[in-house]
Amino acid sequence: MTYGILTAAYISASVLFILSLGGLSNQEKAKRAVWYGIIGMGVAVLMTVFTYGGGSLGWLIPTILIGSVIGWYVAGRVQMTEMPQLVAALHSFVGLAAVFIGLNAELELQSVLAMDEATRDALTGFALKLAQKTSVEISILKVEVFLGIFIGAVTFTGSIVAFGKLAGKIDGKPIKLPGGHMWNAVSALSCLVLGIMFCNDAGIWTMVLVTIIAGFIGWHLIMGIGGADMPVVVSMLNSYSGWAASAIGFTLGNDLLIVTGALVGSSGAILSYIMCKAMNRHFVSVILGGFGGQTGPAMEVEGEMVAIDADGVVSALEEADSIIIIPGYGLAVAQAQQSVSELTKRLRAKGKEVRFAIHPVAGRLPGHMNVLLAEAKVPYDIVLEMDEINDDFPNTDVAIVIGSNDIVNPAAQDDPNSPIAGMPVLECWKAKQVFVSKRGQGTGYSGIENPLFYKENTRMFYGDAKASLDTLLQNIS
Amino acid sequence: MDNGQLIGTPKELTKGEARVAMTPESATQLQKLGYRCAIQSGAGQLAGFSDADYEAAGVEVIKTAKGLWETADIVAKVREPESRELKYLAKGKTLISFFNPAGNEEGMEAAKASGANVIAMEMVPRISRAQKMDALSSMANIAGYRAVIEAGNNFGRFFTGQITAAGKVPPAKVMVVGAGVAGLAAIGASVSLGAITYAFDVRPEVAEQVESMGAEFVYLDFEEEQQDGAATGGYASVSSPEFREAQLAKFRELAPDVDIVITTALIPNREAPKLWLADMVAAMKTGSVIVDLAAERGGNVEGTVKDEKVVTENGVTIIGYTDFPSRMAAQSSTLYSTNIRHMMTDLTPEKDGQVNHNMEDDVIRGATVTFEGEITFPPPPPKIKAIAAQKKPEVKELTPEEKRAKEVADFKAATKQQITLLGVGAALMLVVGAFAPASFMQHFIVFVLSCFVGFQVIWNVSHSLHTPLMAVTNAISGIVILGAVLQIGSSSSLVVIMAAISVLIATINIVGGFLVTRRMLAMFEKS
Repeated sequence: MTYGILTAAYISASVLFILSLGGLSNQEKAKRAVWYGIIGMGVAVLMTVFTYGGGSLGWLIPTILIGSVIGWYVAGRVQMTEMPQLVAALHSFVGLAAVFIGLNAELELQSVLAMDEATRDALTGFALKLAQKTSVEISILKVEVFLGIFIGAVTFTGSIVAFGKLAGKIDGKPIKLPGGHMWNAVSALSCLVLGIMFCNDAGIWTMVLVTIIAGFIGWHLIMGIGGADMPVVVSMLNSYSGWAASAIGFTLGNDLLIVTGALVGSSGAILSYIMCKAMNRHFVSVILGGFGGQTGPAMEVEGEMVAIDADGVVSALEEADSIIIIPGYGLAVAQAQQSVSELTKRLRAKGKEVRFAIHPVAGRLPGHMNVLLAEAKVPYDIVLEMDEINDDFPNTDVAIVIGSNDIVNPAAQDDPNSPIAGMPVLECWKAKQVFVSKRGQGTGYSGIENPLFYKENTRMFYGDAKASLDTLLQNIS
Repeated sequence: MDNGQLIGTPKELTKGEARVAMTPESATQLQKLGYRCAIQSGAGQLAGFSDADYEAAGVEVIKTAKGLWETADIVAKVREPESRELKYLAKGKTLISFFNPAGNEEGMEAAKASGANVIAMEMVPRISRAQKMDALSSMANIAGYRAVIEAGNNFGRFFTGQITAAGKVPPAKVMVVGAGVAGLAAIGASVSLGAITYAFDVRPEVAEQVESMGAEFVYLDFEEEQQDGAATGGYASVSSPEFREAQLAKFRELAPDVDIVITTALIPNREAPKLWLADMVAAMKTGSVIVDLAAERGGNVEGTVKDEKVVTENGVTIIGYTDFPSRMAAQSSTLYSTNIRHMMTDLTPEKDGQVNHNMEDDVIRGATVTFEGEITFPPPPPKIKAIAAQKKPEVKELTPEEKRAKEVADFKAATKQQITLLGVGAALMLVVGAFAPASFMQHFIVFVLSCFVGFQVIWNVSHSLHTPLMAVTNAISGIVILGAVLQIGSSSSLVVIMAAISVLIATINIVGGFLVTRRMLAMFEKS
């Protein structure tokens, strides 16, 4: 197949990818949009295989088949609560592939450079492209290889750590080696030195070293970030995987890779930005881990936490006309989405207005709560964003906080010394009554005292979210 | 803390005023803020708080008003101060009280001359944060409730309909004019007593609140864009003559039918509008009762006599009392003192018993009417509007000029930012272009444009679809498979193996990513 047709295929694939992302602007269009993406990908892969891969079908067919089966199996089996770790795991694959492809490019380059004129003329595919490069182009290629490998390796180990933390296989608390960010700085610097040596023909060992050191950076960086910041981390890794693909595209001179990588990269960057904004924190301070400097003693919390039993909650719910539910990560951990959906259904059947308020960083993945509620068949038009619903709390009879903490912390507004001061929060305390479903009296991830729990109109409903909701369900028909 | 400032509450001078601005309960809370508290002997007597109660709460009891005013750094009281009280004001003292700044020139001048800081409780802005110190609302709530009780006291029948062995009793019909806080409280009390309750307000957006309280909202048959209460801080404003006519016609129609009328219509800083005219009073049945909660400002009803109960020729009782909250002094003192306590909390951010009169704070600024020898009334409009607007995208909170100025400023700032960005970008491009070969630049154009397209497209993605977005971008980032496909034809077996692994894992990515996205999207359902 000719280069022209392949280019045409790449153009259509690019357009389809853009449509596929653009289609996610609403739930109905999105169902069609995903097909655009699938078709685009199919066209791109098939055309490339036919053009360049004809001689290697013996390798390609089995690997693609096996990969598809694994992908299909994983996608079919994953629980919606496990979505964050799946996404993180998939990111690591892109990173690893980018590292391999980068290393390959260097190996190929070396073998091509070693050839004489006659053999070069006989080359095909990627090797042919390499053979045609001038010396300036080759040094640029080396920079691109370095970038691809570096970003790829950071993405790879970073995603593995993120996966471990999200899946609960690694402790979610931030952990840093003594010396903290010095390690990262020194490592990044040595990668840079190695990269410069590589460009001056120091050989492939420099790149192998870069892979290892960049892998260390990815590991150390993400180990230092706590569980609640995972939405930012995952979208950041998403962005990195895009940039890695883009860098590889430059290396290979493949525009489709560049386009797609750039789309994914900017998508991840915007998501990270949105998440940071929702926490009123700077991207850099999230990535470097830990909360920003505390400027003074936190406000003292007055009052005491008052507990309530299921009967109390039930009678309040029976009397209420309007109810807002605020889900958080605790809901996902307890797998309580079905129970909350059932509760919603029963309350709605009694003519009560039930709505959900979703904070942008609720959960461990951007949009995590929306997906969980959708899975439990909560209609998406009663699931509202913070900005849409925040003004309605004063007119609400009951607000139920399930497994969220920092995103409903009034200290963000009242206490300028609070570490989360200025973070936009759901003002659930303005509802006539607030029930907080929580496992115990402890503070949330951020370790911040939550004055909400001490407010006069707040009652604590202790227990695992799912168990608590199920006892409510027994009493509400 | 022994060095905290002293908050004192004198006995109210106004005859019949039973309320007190400090209760033993609120004093306890104030002491937690670091203040010392004092009360004039007997100040709480009428509200049911004895000197001993105060002493038990750690409050110093001072014999005379003079002694109290002279020692206290902060004086909290209920009614607007009388001239002999104004004399006690001095620089460095803070007075917190109802003050009627718009109609109390003498008081304003006296306060200004003295240099004292005066916080007028009726000026607390109506924003969410200030609700806890909104004394007008807490007093209005009591007035509304009490109005129904007073009406019932003067009404010769049951509120609720009953069928008894001794005959059938029809339910009373109650009409509430003005559905502000007092109106809503009256509606609530009246509905729970069992009366058929109607309510009217010039702000159509309160219809929902009225109906939620169980009353029936009286709609006018009137075609005019009705005003949005949110633009005026949730208060009613003056209506057009045509609108007024339509409203009066409706009342005239209802007058023969209703047994009890409770009017609560007030427009800030104006005489109360006359809404229930003499002919309507005349049309009402003998034995009917009218409670005019606006009597203080001239009354909504023709025939209201301030502070008195009158009976008209046709036997309609018109109650013009202005001291409803005072008639429930225990309740209203508790609420009012809590409002005061919240105000003190805002004035004492450090909890050190020292007033920090922060004029940057919207609430404090809004309520302060004189500050360090300056009159600071009326306040500038508050920055935040608390009440949700009627369903219109824009709330007109700025004057057109301000708006234009703001737009121009915003536009300039945005332009400046964009030009800077473009400038920096162009400079970078030039640097890259100067050194890189043509083939690289071609790809680079593609790269930059794609980033640009990506940024434009992604902003439109709905928040609720962020997880599917991540899954789908993840799937398409599997496009690195192309790189591996290009390399898999290599002669080096190491390259082939690494390429093959890349193909394998990239495929997992692609297939897994797309399938899981589809699974997620299929779950989103509309109700």
